[in-house]
Amino acid sequence: MTTGGLLNQLMGGILGSGIQVVDLTMTLQPDVPTIVMPPEFGQSWPFRMEEISRYDHRGPFCYWNNLSCGEHTGTHFDAPIHWVSGKDLPENATDTIPVEKFLAHACVVDCSAPAAADPDYLLTQEAVEDWEAANGKIPPRSWLLMRTDWSLKRDPVAYMNMAEDGAHTPGPHEDLIPWLIEERDVIGFGCEAVGTDAGQAGHANVPYPCHYHMHGNNRFGLPALTNLDALPPQGAVLITPPLKIRQGSGSPARVLALVETT
Amino acid sequence: MTAPLPPPRKKDPVERTRQPTLPPGNRSREAQGLTAMAAVGRFALQVCAGCRQVQYPPRQVCAHCLGDDLPWRDVAAGGRLLAETNVHAANDLFFRDRLPWRLGLVQSDAGPSVVAHLAEDCRQGERVRLSLDLDRSGHAVMNAQPEEPGPNLEDDVQLREMTMNPKDRRVLIVNGKTALGLALAQAFKTAGAREIFVGHAEPWKTSPALEAVRKIDGVTLFPLDVTDTDSVQELASVLGGKVEIMVNNSYHLRPGGAVDRMDMNLSREEMDIHYFGLLRLAGTFGPAMRGRGADGDHGACAWVNVLSAYAQINNPTFGTYSASQAAARSLAQCLRAELAPGGIRVLNTFVGPLDDEWHQMVPPPKLPPNMVAGRIVDALKKGLEDLAVGAVAEEIAERLAENPKEIEREIKS
Repeated sequence: MTTGGLLNQLMGGILGSGIQVVDLTMTLQPDVPTIVMPPEFGQSWPFRMEEISRYDHRGPFCYWNNLSCGEHTGTHFDAPIHWVSGKDLPENATDTIPVEKFLAHACVVDCSAPAAADPDYLLTQEAVEDWEAANGKIPPRSWLLMRTDWSLKRDPVAYMNMAEDGAHTPGPHEDLIPWLIEERDVIGFGCEAVGTDAGQAGHANVPYPCHYHMHGNNRFGLPALTNLDALPPQGAVLITPPLKIRQGSGSPARVLALVETT
Repeated sequence: MTAPLPPPRKKDPVERTRQPTLPPGNRSREAQGLTAMAAVGRFALQVCAGCRQVQYPPRQVCAHCLGDDLPWRDVAAGGRLLAETNVHAANDLFFRDRLPWRLGLVQSDAGPSVVAHLAEDCRQGERVRLSLDLDRSGHAVMNAQPEEPGPNLEDDVQLREMTMNPKDRRVLIVNGKTALGLALAQAFKTAGAREIFVGHAEPWKTSPALEAVRKIDGVTLFPLDVTDTDSVQELASVLGGKVEIMVNNSYHLRPGGAVDRMDMNLSREEMDIHYFGLLRLAGTFGPAMRGRGADGDHGACAWVNVLSAYAQINNPTFGTYSASQAAARSLAQCLRAELAPGGIRVLNTFVGPLDDEWHQMVPPPKLPPNMVAGRIVDALKKGLEDLAVGAVAEEIAERLAENPKEIEREIKS
């Protein structure tokens, strides 16, 4: 085995010391909530599993399951084709996105304090500029991740936070998104809530602005992340490949972060 | 005078649970006509079309004129008790467990004299009311009770073997989020159910009905999603040994048919909730309920399926919904056969359009949920097996019997 190659350095860090692998993924299980649409619209299937066999009469040697779920279930990757604004873009689906785009740096903005005080908290351009003053400018082609600690809410009722007027969960301000694309060239936006837009984002001037603008500019979404508190503000590398579904609009993903510890 | 039945005590853990045995269940093809009448609560006997003689027991030709046209007709249910007897010894396993057992000879107003099971308060020489009821084997028997029932008639232990009275029993209502779920919880509360368990799926979405259910004293809410095998299994592991009356009121209606609205997702959701949901409940709760069919005077007794009237004939306005209901109805018949060895009665209710948001575009008559719930509890008290609720459901049943093609052509509103 040779030493000194780039990949050997990488694996040396992962296997020895220096690079920690952090799992940013929630466990897929039947009580994972999926996004709520008005009842007359089509609904995303929740995650379900049915045992094929468990070392029993149905298959004495093996344990395995059949699964069903919508493309946007649990921690998942949103492809540009998911939104009407991104429907005609090139390389916009899970099977056509260039695979190197599934590896990118991440900038993590800690919004846990304001989100704890206000479930409708919106991350503004001003707040991100303040973050940059402390942590440095967002490099091009990075994820902007909004840490809210929302994923610590294990009770689905608290996590979804539904009221008669819809969900109340934090997200990006509608003015932040075009700035992130035009001025910072981000690769996408990630967060801990069930979708990349805030719970009340349907009432924005452009409904669901994060979906509309990000996907309309061939950028991605990465909702329902966990463990963002384990990432540094800058420098982590995210591994985010979705399943290679033909013309897939997204897919559950096992999202990992590589974090330098020394 | 019938004594009030004491409420159930906690079980002695070292005492063996009484096993479900069944009364004799062999009947002739003609006698199954009585079963059909008992299943829907009618007191009907064969009446000779030629000489008007009322026949009992059922037969192929008239006992008086040998005519073979013997249609079933509702007849007078009154009578007078000629003789009574208490049976103190029996070889039949079912009756051995329940001795002494009262029987009597009744001169019926309709004509025949019949041997009937006797309620405790019936007195020789006095007037009685006859009824055809399904016994634990699911076959029709003749019952007599006083014409003027005493205050504790529903506690009569012999009668309770024929009926599924919710009093002092524990009920699981599968879906507490609908107006019907709320009405059912209220109706079972009024009927004296001992405990009312109410399921609710997707807890992050509540409903006004569920919030009202939550406030009813004696109700306990449980997460239950019939589309999730894990969820159903988990609840069965908690409640499987307690549920004495199961009420599957799963409900997911979306308008549309096959050609005008080809939507695989909606259609699959309907099947998942109505058909596979019933299958999941049956496979998890069924075995425990069947095993507790004779567990004291308050053992498991009934499984209610709240089905649509369109389970019997497809209404293309709700075409895929109707199909999923027909699938559930077929499975309910399978369930009926499989629960029969435990003496568990499957009550299928066929309900006309409810007055709810999913029937907004349907013209009246539409059924208020509390009326439907009241009819369901009443049917349990009477021991019925099939129940049509509302004018639409009743008309469908009648017209199907007369001319299925006519209603198939006319049903789309």
